[in-house]
Amino acid sequence: MRFAESFRVALDALRVNRLRSVLTMFGVVVGVAAVVVLVAIGTGARDLVRSEIEGLGSNIVFVAPGEFTLGSAPTISRMTLDDVTYLGRVTGDEDAIAVALNSGETVRAGRAETFAGIVGANQNLRNVFDRPLRRGRYLSEADVETRRRVVVLGSDVARRLFGDADPVGRQISVAGGTRFRVVGVLAEVGQTFGQTRDGEVHVPVTTAQRMFGVDRVDYLAIRAPTKDAVPRLQAEVVDALERKYRGERFSAITQTQLLGTIGTVLGALTGVLAAIAAISLLVGGVGVSNIMLVGVRERTREIGLRKALGARQRDVLAQFLMEAVLLTTLGGTAGIALGTGAALAIAELSPVPAAVTWWSPALAFAVSAAVGVFFGVVPARRAGRLDPVIALRAE
Amino acid sequence: MSTPALEAVDVTRTYRMEGVDVTALHGVSLRIDEGEFVAILGPSGSGKSTLMHLLGCLDRPTTGVLRIGGRDVAGLSDAALAELRNARVGFVFQSFHLLARTSARDNVALPLVYRGASRKERHRRAADALAAVGLAHRLAHRPGQLSGGEQQRVAIARALVGDPGVVLADEPTGNLDTRTGHDVMDLLERLNRDRGVAIVLVTHEPDIAERARRRVHLRDGRMESDERDDPPERGER
Ligand SMILES: Nc1ncnc2c1ncn2[C@@H]1O[C@H](COP(=O)(O)OP(=O)(O)OP(=O)(O)O)[C@@H](O)[C@H]1O
Ligand SMILES: [Mg+2]
Repeated sequence: MRFAESFRVALDALRVNRLRSVLTMFGVVVGVAAVVVLVAIGTGARDLVRSEIEGLGSNIVFVAPGEFTLGSAPTISRMTLDDVTYLGRVTGDEDAIAVALNSGETVRAGRAETFAGIVGANQNLRNVFDRPLRRGRYLSEADVETRRRVVVLGSDVARRLFGDADPVGRQISVAGGTRFRVVGVLAEVGQTFGQTRDGEVHVPVTTAQRMFGVDRVDYLAIRAPTKDAVPRLQAEVVDALERKYRGERFSAITQTQLLGTIGTVLGALTGVLAAIAAISLLVGGVGVSNIMLVGVRERTREIGLRKALGARQRDVLAQFLMEAVLLTTLGGTAGIALGTGAALAIAELSPVPAAVTWWSPALAFAVSAAVGVFFGVVPARRAGRLDPVIALRAE
Repeated sequence: MSTPALEAVDVTRTYRMEGVDVTALHGVSLRIDEGEFVAILGPSGSGKSTLMHLLGCLDRPTTGVLRIGGRDVAGLSDAALAELRNARVGFVFQSFHLLARTSARDNVALPLVYRGASRKERHRRAADALAAVGLAHRLAHRPGQLSGGEQQRVAIARALVGDPGVVLADEPTGNLDTRTGHDVMDLLERLNRDRGVAIVLVTHEPDIAERARRRVHLRDGRMESDERDDPPERGER
């Protein structure tokens, strides 16, 4: 029997039991839609993280204590500001080494107040991360050396505290007391990991250390002169630090490595989500199998007749398999439309990221066809194997 | 003598039911020549349908030899058997066995589908076959829109569409009133005469059986008698 003919016969069979076909498809529609939506969310999350990490700037090596694994508890740093000079001698360019000591505090200006990420930084941080200024100046070496109480505001903080007015030269208070003079405002850069970088305020690291009563820095960030210089830089820095702090481990990672690790985690997460959604697809497939078995029983006489007229086992098998695949791919197509629509709506209307890739609908279609074959094969084989004499006699 | 259209040599058919063997045919030998018109008679349960299924390759004998057009079916695969049915045998059933939601034309064309014939050719041949049974004006009708006699004529057109050597009809008039039954017999006779198709029909009705040129009686799975009308008529064709 020709392909076109079995297609027509299958379509007719579905049309005859229109309501039943639609209800059976429904399971597949929901399953496929769920897969498409969840894959879109997983992909969207990964894209978001990737673009944010890339936004950190290129060729930057982050140096932190401990082994770098995602999700492990951070090790308290024993690194201090002296390490900038120490590593500067190792790498030969002290100006390319930034430090950061992070905290979060409430900041105030007059009546206005907001919560800000306090970044204790040295004068190099702006260049290492390539953060342009909108107004005034950045922290200077003198600010750091003399522990000045000066601050550079992120653009959001500036807006929340001062509105449209120019904050340079004004005063803010941090953590309910210490007063800082605003010397500059950073240009807007957007978010990293859902935290807005524009909600930061940068103060001299020495001032921050005194304010928090510590003498450590959380991490160092070193800009390599070229991409090719990165691996050597990583090795040198870790080696130098482990020589200095005997018995401790350090890691120096790039954003590419960070990206890889986070990508792996999010990829696994996407996989898990898709697998959960696939279970509903499986349930849909069982429904298809069930209805096909009912169909084979109902049409036993027809099968007997077709065999009497010359249909071979494989003709009958192909007819029913075609019917099952048609059922699941029609359902799959509807599911793809529904899932894609839902993903686009989510991306548009909610903060959840969702990205529809070209391959996920294609994959969903292939999977729904495969579901049809897989769950259609048992009923179709049963149909194909019917004894024509017995089938013709069936009621 | 030419090769027979169908030939059964000492065939038996035993069904196994819940461990008990039921033998429906005990060694029947029957030879059907091309262009013959044979009626098979016998009481209910005597094995008539079983024999028809064997002759039509829908079933295989438990023992004995079955030849279709001189070819032993014993060594053939199921698929080869299906192709043989499609090419050489036409079936007509008591209950018509038409597809309910399918037009008369597409019902008739069904055997051609399994030959891989093009749609155009199927339509042309189905229309011809329907014209041959006097239903040229009923192409688009569905079985439910046709009378019993018309439905059986559609079924006969379907049996003929593939140009088989033999038409096997199991009680083709069983569901029809006497007059319509005789109309169907007129048709079968005409096809036998004009096209030389051999016809084997099972019937309970003596006056239907009288119209065949040969009558085979079965009883308890055995052939009881095999009577022919005067031989001259046979060689005519
Ligand atoms: N599939 C089967 N399984 C078991 N026994 C069967 C089967 N088919 C037929 N038989 C038995 O074989 C015998 C012959 O049956 P068959 O249908 O050939 O009779 P028949 O002569 O056509 O009768 P009727 O005139 O009532 O149609 C019966 O005893 C029947 O019960
Ligand atoms: Mg019978």
